Amino acid sequence: MAIEFLLNGTTTSFDGDPETPLLWVLRDHLKLTGTKYGCGIAQCGACTVHLDGKNRRSCVTPVGTIAGRKVTTIEGVAGKTAEAVKTAWVSIDVPQCGFCQSGQVMSAISLLSAKPKPSDDDIDHGMAGNLCRCATYVRIRQAIHDAAKTLEKTA
Amino acid sequence: MTAIASRREFLASSGLVIGLALPMGRAAAAAAPVEGAPFAPNAFVRIAADNTVTVVIKHVEFGQGPATGLTTIVADELDADWGQMRIAFAPANDPLYKNLMFGTMGTGGSTAIANSWMQMRNAGAAARAMLVEAAAKRWKVPAAEVKVSKGVVSHGRNKASFGELAADAALLPVPQKPALKTPDQFTLIGTDVPKIDSVAKSNGTAVFTMDVSRPNMVNAAILHPPAFGGTVKSVDKQAALAVPGVVAVEAIPSGVVVYAKDTFAAMRGRAALKVEWDLSKAETRSSDDLIKVYKAAAATPGKQAEAKGDATGALAGAAKTIEATYVFPFLAHAPMEPMDAVIELGQGADKGKADVWMGSQFQVGDMRAVAKALGIPFEGMTLHEQYAGGSFGRRATPDQDFATEAGFAAKAHPQAPIKFVWTRENDIRGGRYRPLVVHQLKGGIDVNGDIIGWDQVVAAQSFFANTPMAAMGIKDGIDDAIVEGAAKSSYAWPNYRIGCHVMENGVPTLWWRSVGNTHTAYAVETFMDELLALGGKDAVKGRIALMKEDRAKGVLNRVAELADWGRKPAEGRAFGVAMHKSFGSYVAQVAEVSKGADGLPKVHKVWVAVDCGIAVNPNVIRAQMEGGIGYGLGHALYAELVLGEGGRIAQGNFDTYRSLRIGEMPEVEVAIIKSNENPTGVGEPGLPPLAPAVANAWRALTGKAVRRLPFSHGENA
Repeated sequence: MAIEFLLNGTTTSFDGDPETPLLWVLRDHLKLTGTKYGCGIAQCGACTVHLDGKNRRSCVTPVGTIAGRKVTTIEGVAGKTAEAVKTAWVSIDVPQCGFCQSGQVMSAISLLSAKPKPSDDDIDHGMAGNLCRCATYVRIRQAIHDAAKTLEKTA
Repeated sequence: MTAIASRREFLASSGLVIGLALPMGRAAAAAAPVEGAPFAPNAFVRIAADNTVTVVIKHVEFGQGPATGLTTIVADELDADWGQMRIAFAPANDPLYKNLMFGTMGTGGSTAIANSWMQMRNAGAAARAMLVEAAAKRWKVPAAEVKVSKGVVSHGRNKASFGELAADAALLPVPQKPALKTPDQFTLIGTDVPKIDSVAKSNGTAVFTMDVSRPNMVNAAILHPPAFGGTVKSVDKQAALAVPGVVAVEAIPSGVVVYAKDTFAAMRGRAALKVEWDLSKAETRSSDDLIKVYKAAAATPGKQAEAKGDATGALAGAAKTIEATYVFPFLAHAPMEPMDAVIELGQGADKGKADVWMGSQFQVGDMRAVAKALGIPFEGMTLHEQYAGGSFGRRATPDQDFATEAGFAAKAHPQAPIKFVWTRENDIRGGRYRPLVVHQLKGGIDVNGDIIGWDQVVAAQSFFANTPMAAMGIKDGIDDAIVEGAAKSSYAWPNYRIGCHVMENGVPTLWWRSVGNTHTAYAVETFMDELLALGGKDAVKGRIALMKEDRAKGVLNRVAELADWGRKPAEGRAFGVAMHKSFGSYVAQVAEVSKGADGLPKVHKVWVAVDCGIAVNPNVIRAQMEGGIGYGLGHALYAELVLGEGGRIAQGNFDTYRSLRIGEMPEVEVAIIKSNENPTGVGEPGLPPLAPAVANAWRALTGKAVRRLPFSHGENA
């Protein structure tokens, strides 16, 4: 039986093995490839999406467990916080290879949604699950602080 | 867009394609627009009627910045507006797009900007001269009076965009030696031009090989032998074929491939495989076994790579000496995007052709390898170069291991396009590692504390051995990539000898971000620090006193100034310094370190001074220094691949192959030395000084010299 969920605001269904991780449903079946595979065991965070507004590693999330729930990917994430984060990311050129950055951006949006003015420690904790092999961490930290400032001004 | 513009396409789009005017050959003549002839596909610059300027990028972009850097150079000579610049990746074509330092297309050795510098300037300047000439003709004014600024060509009240002039300009001859700017005329070079790929890489729209999809494509996953050198003896396909979605199982020379309707099914099928392996020729020794053999070798002089004076005599007469053995582990590159390729074989009339989507680092070599595996001519290959999700050296191999494997995987299932993606476990256990290395050092000082003798022996595998590059890479039993950084070092030791042992074992190895400098910088810079301390010398002044080159002294002086070297560290902290030249660039770093909760160094801040000649894009240079520091620190602290019993790799994913996380990243402050020298690279040189700077701070803090990496290795506890 098909599994229905809300994907980026649109009701979507997947008719296949309910054990299939959400990551591969998104990438292989729905062709939403902004969400990346990096490890398959929830160690790198490249596959981070929002499930009911909170971070979720899609590589270890069987699609059968998300029926009726709300999934947001990098392609669909929107709103003031999302815009502030993406703008900050571009304005200081955070990405290098860029492969992990969808996951980084999604985690940063979650972090700022929960903590609008994060400290360095908050960032260390909130972003600990997202690896960047290019080590763009200095700029990720800066971009999150910059986005927080933008949000404060427009609040 | 395709990088090759045919004459027909050109006419259809009224675009201007400017060929390269190079010192390197026939390209310029071939690119001249000849009526009725196919337009020469040897272009770096393409100007369309819509006023976009596309630069054809001949290097792979995996974060080190050539897409932005090469485009900046063209845009500057062209006096284009940055907003009109676009990029397209070059096809696999050596005559047009070879790395001028390699003779074939390739990215490595931090050469992307260095080899392209004059080529891109000439390409941009030629385009500018033709636009100016076209405008002069249209307005009937002297070309010398026509100005170009930010994409606008003007003379008095006359103004035109590049797009408006493109069709006219295309009819003009390509100048062979266009006038180039002097450095004071640069408007974009030397500024923080925004990176051309930041938007797409921040909103999920950047396309990597893994994101490519073709009609009727199947997903393919591979299982490799459990030890290096193993081969498939027999496969029981039934269990894997029983997994829903799996469509085929095939043995290829390097393993067993599972083809399926999606990645999940392919991975499940892979997990279900029952394979009997032939391990009779496999490397079954453990890392500990190998280290014993290496240590024994390093205790003997080896082949002499470089020497001056009488090191043995000087050491025998020294007032004080130190001896040390250093051990460096195998390391995986582990780029965030594992190795992958999409391959589609031509059907029917297109039989004998193949399309390949790949973030290839050796574009022509890889296409030749795929063609060879497929049994079709190279001329039938079309490469669609993609952004690559990191490499650190992994995507370039002298024997094209991955491209060959992908080719065999496609050949074994020719009826459908395949997306062939390595799992992270394939990547971590897949070999092509930074080699295991042992250094044996002996150094001595005289009664004044001056270093008078230095003897260093390096034992490591050569990654050129048994590849087509063996004759080039290994000469008289010496591989420069093993000793580089110890040989041709920045120091004028009065008596020294650098020895080399080319070791052999069954583990495939490869260059890894900064190659030999990954270990030579650590051994040289920590041992120097110990000898200077033994002689009562300051770590900065003592180094400078022995340095041969002003640029080496320059970065060390600058970083000392930046970090306020000599000041007292805060309680529980210490500073360490290191300097290393690699790939023509000079980098000095000071690290501020304390003892972390895990008992390992906690690095608070790193100050950097870098001299890489003319700074094309200071922002990219700073980013590469930050990245080199993060990559270097993560591996120095946590990473090693250990061959356990039977030669099996103990690590398999990021849970056991530990990577740096954000809370472990130090603050970084970078000073770029102002220079008029031609630019050299920055992708690698930021890495080598980091680990020794941290180790030197750690020794100052704890008194302990760490001679086995990573720091987390049990021997350092």
